[in-house]
Amino acid sequence: MMRFLVIRFLRGLLTLFLVLSFAFLILRSTGDPAMLIMSADAPPEALEAFRKGWGLDAPLWQQYVGYFKNLAQGNFGYSMRDKSPAMDLVLERIPATLSLALPAFALKLMMGISAGVYAALHRNTWIDRFLISLSIAGYTMPSFVLGLMLVLVFAVGLGWLPSGGDATWQHAILPVITLSLGGAAVLARFTRSAMLEVMGQSYIRTASAKGLVWRRVVLHHAMPNAAIPTLTVIGFMVGSLIAGAVVVESVFSWPGVGRLLVTSVANRDLAVVQSLLLLVATTMVSANLMVDILYGWIDPRVRSGQAGQGKKA
Amino acid sequence: MNTPSLPDQSQTAAPPSLAQSAIQLIRSMPLLVRLCSLWIVVVLGIALLADFISPYSYSQLDLLARLRPPAFWGGSSDHWLGTDELGRDVLSRLFHSVRISLLVAFISTMLSATVGVLMGFAAAHFRGWVEQLVLTLVDFQASMPFMIIALAVLAFFGNTLVLFIALMGFYGWERSARIARGLTIAANEQGYASAVYDLGASPWRVYLRHILPNIASTLIVSVTLTFPEVILLESGLSFLGLGVQPPMTSLGNMVGYGREYLQSAPWILLAPSLFIVVTTFSVSMLGDWLRDLLDPTLN
Repeated sequence: MMRFLVIRFLRGLLTLFLVLSFAFLILRSTGDPAMLIMSADAPPEALEAFRKGWGLDAPLWQQYVGYFKNLAQGNFGYSMRDKSPAMDLVLERIPATLSLALPAFALKLMMGISAGVYAALHRNTWIDRFLISLSIAGYTMPSFVLGLMLVLVFAVGLGWLPSGGDATWQHAILPVITLSLGGAAVLARFTRSAMLEVMGQSYIRTASAKGLVWRRVVLHHAMPNAAIPTLTVIGFMVGSLIAGAVVVESVFSWPGVGRLLVTSVANRDLAVVQSLLLLVATTMVSANLMVDILYGWIDPRVRSGQAGQGKKA
Repeated sequence: MNTPSLPDQSQTAAPPSLAQSAIQLIRSMPLLVRLCSLWIVVVLGIALLADFISPYSYSQLDLLARLRPPAFWGGSSDHWLGTDELGRDVLSRLFHSVRISLLVAFISTMLSATVGVLMGFAAAHFRGWVEQLVLTLVDFQASMPFMIIALAVLAFFGNTLVLFIALMGFYGWERSARIARGLTIAANEQGYASAVYDLGASPWRVYLRHILPNIASTLIVSVTLTFPEVILLESGLSFLGLGVQPPMTSLGNMVGYGREYLQSAPWILLAPSLFIVVTTFSVSMLGDWLRDLLDPTLN
C-alpha cells in the first residue's frame, strides 16, 4: 500500500510539473505581453523597460529555470495589471468559490447517490427509466443554459430570487442548484451502474439467502462495494471544481476563482493564469491521491496490495 | 468451404442491402431513440440547407425592427422567431448557428478520433517507451479538466476558427487512444493480424485495412459519446465569448449575446438553448442505445 501511494504521489508531482511547463510554454511563446499590456504606440524605451522589469528579455530557458526557482520559493509572480502578488489575487477569491462549491457538492452527493441507488434497486420499472432519462437530460444540459433558465423562471418570471451578484445568501441559491444538478446526474448514472453490477454478484445472493434483512444487504454488502467505482467519479468532481465554476460564476456574476480565470485569460495576465493553473492541477492531483487512499480504506484488498482483477486502481 | 453450400448461402445469407439493414435497425429502436434519430436527421438537414431555408441572411441588420418578438409571442410572421438587438432574424441566425456548431463538433470529433487511434496504434505497435509516453499523455489529459486547458490555449494564441477547431480536436482523444491501444494489443495476439503479416502486408495495411474495421464498432460508440461533449464544450466557450467569434455565429455564441436581453427579449437565447439541449440529448441517447446494442458486456 505504501509503495502504491508513493508511486501515485510521484505521478501527481509529475502531472504538476507537466502542467506548469505547459502553462509556461503556452503563455511565454505566444506573442509579446508587453505589447498587450501597454498600448501599441508606447515608446520603445518603455516597452524595453517593461520587458526587462518582467524578465521577458532573457532567453526562454532562463525564464523557465527562473520560473521554477521562484515557485520553489513561494513566489508565483505578480499580476501585470495591478502589481499585486498573483497568488494573493487567486487566494482571496477562493472563499467565494467554495461558498458555492461546498453546498453544491453536498447536494450533488445526496441527490446523485440516492437517485442512483434507488434506480438500481428498482431496475426496469418506470421510475428507473424516468431517473435515467432525467440523468441523461441533466448530463447533456450545459450549465449556462440551465443557469439562464433558472434565472428566467425564478428571477425574471417569478421574482423570488436575485439573478446575479453575491450580496446575500439568497444570491447563492440559483448558482448552487445549477452547479449541483449536472454533477448529480453524472453521479446517478455511475452509482446506478455500479450498484447493478454489485447486485448481480453471488455474495449478495448469499447474504440475502442467509436471511439478512434486505436493508442490511443493501447498506452493508452492496453499497460499500459499489462505492469503489463511484469514488473515482467523485474524486474527479472535487478536482474539476474550479473548471465547473468558470461558467456558472460567469452566468451569475459571482466573484470567484472561475471568473478571475476568464478575466485574466482575456487580459493575458500571465502570472494569475499560471497561479490558477497550478491551483487547478493541485486540487486535481490531491483529489486523485485522496481517492487512492480512500480505496485502501474501503477495500482491504487494495490495502494489502492484492487488488482484485479488473478493478480500477 | 465446399461447393454445395454456395447456392444456399446466396439465398439466405446474402448480405442485406444498406436500405434493408437501415430499416431493420430503425425497427429495433425504442420510441425515444427513434425520435432522437429523427431530430438528428432534422438538425443535419438544417445544417446542410441553412443557406436555402433561411428567410434572411444571418448577418442582415434591420435597425428599425430590433427586438421584435416571435410570431407566436405577439410578433408578426415577418420574423417567425423574432429579431435580436440589431434587428437580425433569429431563425436565420439559428440555422447558421446549427451549421457552425455541428461543423465544429464534427471536424473536431473526427480529429480527436484520428489522433486517438493513431496514438493507440503507435502504443500497441511499438510498445516499450512509446507506449509509456502515450499512456503518460493519456493520464495527463484525463486528469486535467479540458475546459481549463482550452481557456489557456485559446486566449493566449488568439482565436481563429481553424485554431479553435484544432483545439477542440484534442478533446476526448485519450478515450479513443485507450480503446484503440487495448483492442489493437488484443487483435495483434489473434490469428488474423499475424496471418496478414505473414502474407507480406505492411504494418499500415494491417492496421488500416484489417485491425481498424475490427475495432470500429467500439470506436464509433466512443465517438458518439465524444460528439455531444464537444458541442457542449464549444457552446460553453462560445458562451463565455472565447469560442466562435462574431460575425460568425454558433449556438453558444447566440446564447451568450442573448443573455444581455434575458429580461426584455428572452426569445433570442431560448431557441439556441433548446437546440443545444435537444441535440446533445438526442446524440447521447442514440450513443447509449448503440453501446448497449454493440457491446453486450456493458449491460
